[in-house]
Amino acid sequence: MPKHKKQSILVPIVAILFGFALGAVVLVLTGRNPGSMFLAMFQGATGINVKAGTFNPRYIGEFVIQSMPIMLSGLSVAFAFRTGLFNIGAEGQLIAGSVAATAVALWVQAPPGVHAVLVLLAAAAAGAFWGAIPGWLKARFNVHEVVITIMMNYLALFLNNWMVLYVFGSKDRIKTALFPASALLKDDALAALTNGSRLNWGFVPVLLSVLLSWFIIEKTTFGYSLRAVGFNKEGARYAGMKVERNIVLSMAIAGAFAGLAGAVITTGTFNYGRFLPGAEGYGMDGIAVALVGGNAAFGVFFSALLFGMLKAAQPLMQSQGVPKEIASIIQASIVLFIAMRLGIETLISRLKRKSPETLGEEAGT
Amino acid sequence: MNILYSMIPIALAYSAPLVIAALGGLFSERSGIVNIALEGIMMVGGFTAASVTVALEPISPAAGYWGLLAGLAAGVVFSSLHAFTSINLKANQVISGTALNILAGGLTVYLAQILFHQQRTAAFTSGLVKVSVPGLKSIPLLGPLLFVNASPPFYIAVVLVALSWFVVFKTPFGLRLRACGEHPQAAASMGIDVLRFRYVGVLLSGAFAGLAGGALVLTQDIQYTAVSIHGSGFIAMACLIFGKWNPFGVLGAGIFFGLSQALSLYAKDIRFLAGIPSEFFYLLPYALTILALLVFAGKAVGPKAAGEIYDAGKR
Repeated sequence: MPKHKKQSILVPIVAILFGFALGAVVLVLTGRNPGSMFLAMFQGATGINVKAGTFNPRYIGEFVIQSMPIMLSGLSVAFAFRTGLFNIGAEGQLIAGSVAATAVALWVQAPPGVHAVLVLLAAAAAGAFWGAIPGWLKARFNVHEVVITIMMNYLALFLNNWMVLYVFGSKDRIKTALFPASALLKDDALAALTNGSRLNWGFVPVLLSVLLSWFIIEKTTFGYSLRAVGFNKEGARYAGMKVERNIVLSMAIAGAFAGLAGAVITTGTFNYGRFLPGAEGYGMDGIAVALVGGNAAFGVFFSALLFGMLKAAQPLMQSQGVPKEIASIIQASIVLFIAMRLGIETLISRLKRKSPETLGEEAGT
Repeated sequence: MNILYSMIPIALAYSAPLVIAALGGLFSERSGIVNIALEGIMMVGGFTAASVTVALEPISPAAGYWGLLAGLAAGVVFSSLHAFTSINLKANQVISGTALNILAGGLTVYLAQILFHQQRTAAFTSGLVKVSVPGLKSIPLLGPLLFVNASPPFYIAVVLVALSWFVVFKTPFGLRLRACGEHPQAAASMGIDVLRFRYVGVLLSGAFAGLAGGALVLTQDIQYTAVSIHGSGFIAMACLIFGKWNPFGVLGAGIFFGLSQALSLYAKDIRFLAGIPSEFFYLLPYALTILALLVFAGKAVGPKAAGEIYDAGKR
């Protein structure tokens, strides 16, 4: 068991190192300086500009902002994965959440604090609903959740745009009216603390979600039966677990995490509902985050920070003459290397077999 | 009637890339490998086709067609990554496809910045010029719909549909390919090299999707941008399902979805559709695909072994 655990951490780390190495190679091959990329990433994470010797806490705030939604969409993908479901629909569930958040923010009047909580709850509920649909279709008709969730992403996108244009009403066809302050997660004190960044109270529901996800999956009987379905559906059924119910509930909870991300973006980063010209990629980021995090809550926490750092560093890279899309290339390579897990694992065990004395001892300690 | 004459050719032009990419998906899934990277492959094909067209336009009048070929080749190269990870390294096919989609979005815009110093390729002057077929265009009724101002990729799509149908259902190669997607262990027991057939399936899907991406950008855009493909790869997946993994079904589904895209432009001019917001027409393909999946549910429609990692020892 400890050996297995060691490998489950080793594989993502090897994949991350390979991913960054590949990114550096791409930069060198195209005549760009990988050093500037790494400096930009360092500045994005710590706010320290090594070359100029300055420190700006605004970068740390933006780093947190970038990590929050993908931490939630990562939790969403990871949670469903543990029940053996591939949730490519985090993007759509997130959009459903932001539609609900916009509706409650614009149409409901409530005192400060209460209003924001209502917004978060509505978004989670809408995400749960959007996730439960493919879950139910999978449980009832055995149609593959991958295709259904992909299609539902686009349904959510166009429904959002229709709502923004015709139901919420938009003067400029880009955004809705501004939300009342009571609905917002924004806080001037947090912004001032980080030199005017968009940092907001969104990190509270995000961190609670990480803990909740960990608790449900690892510490409850319900979570155990979810994992049992993920390991072996028929075995779980034979043991008396309600497989169909678990599939629907797992997708609903996964959807709730993604829906929450919609609220964190809509009422934290922004203060209005937005027309979306296309998918924003939070769902895809979530898949990367979940895979690197080994589909475990705390793994997701750290890998979301890693990818959040990459996202936060993008504008800095661009200003250093490094095309910011190198971040997507690195992210995709990491996912690809994780997907090659079987291959990498055989490679590692083959290396071990070649020098059993040295490497074998290391693995044993 | 005038609306029909201008709308149908546009609908057919929209449907061409969808049909071609869906045929690619057909070859891949029939061989047993799910390919959700059609979108990403189309991006790579579109970027390559646009770049080559921009480069060749000053010297060749057929630059657009060279662009299409280049897109096709780029699609093959890019899809080989999916083939390698999911066939040789036994990666989860959906994860590998997702990685390719993320990679394509990053790589194409990255290369645009290196080559053109902006977030998109330079604009080409004409791309693929619409054609009118002499003779055929004077057929009453059908002539103006099919042979005037037609998009060349639509003819390519129709030819590929017929060819694909013949290859998949009427040749030994097609039979073996389908066997690999239905029951690879049984195919292997008859001496069929499952891995090789799956490689061919995935590389063909790369060729088709790369070509489709090029066709889309060269007929519907003036340059390649990050949003040029705008989910067409996923609509192509929808075509494949809606068309029941059959080339002619794919053609029908593709034309239908092309029509729904064209309607979003023309609805305001058609009296009984005028009140419907264009978002409705955009989401139609996706909603119908979910419905189609429910109708097909429980029936053996798609390739049975698609998506499963090949385990030669399984019974």
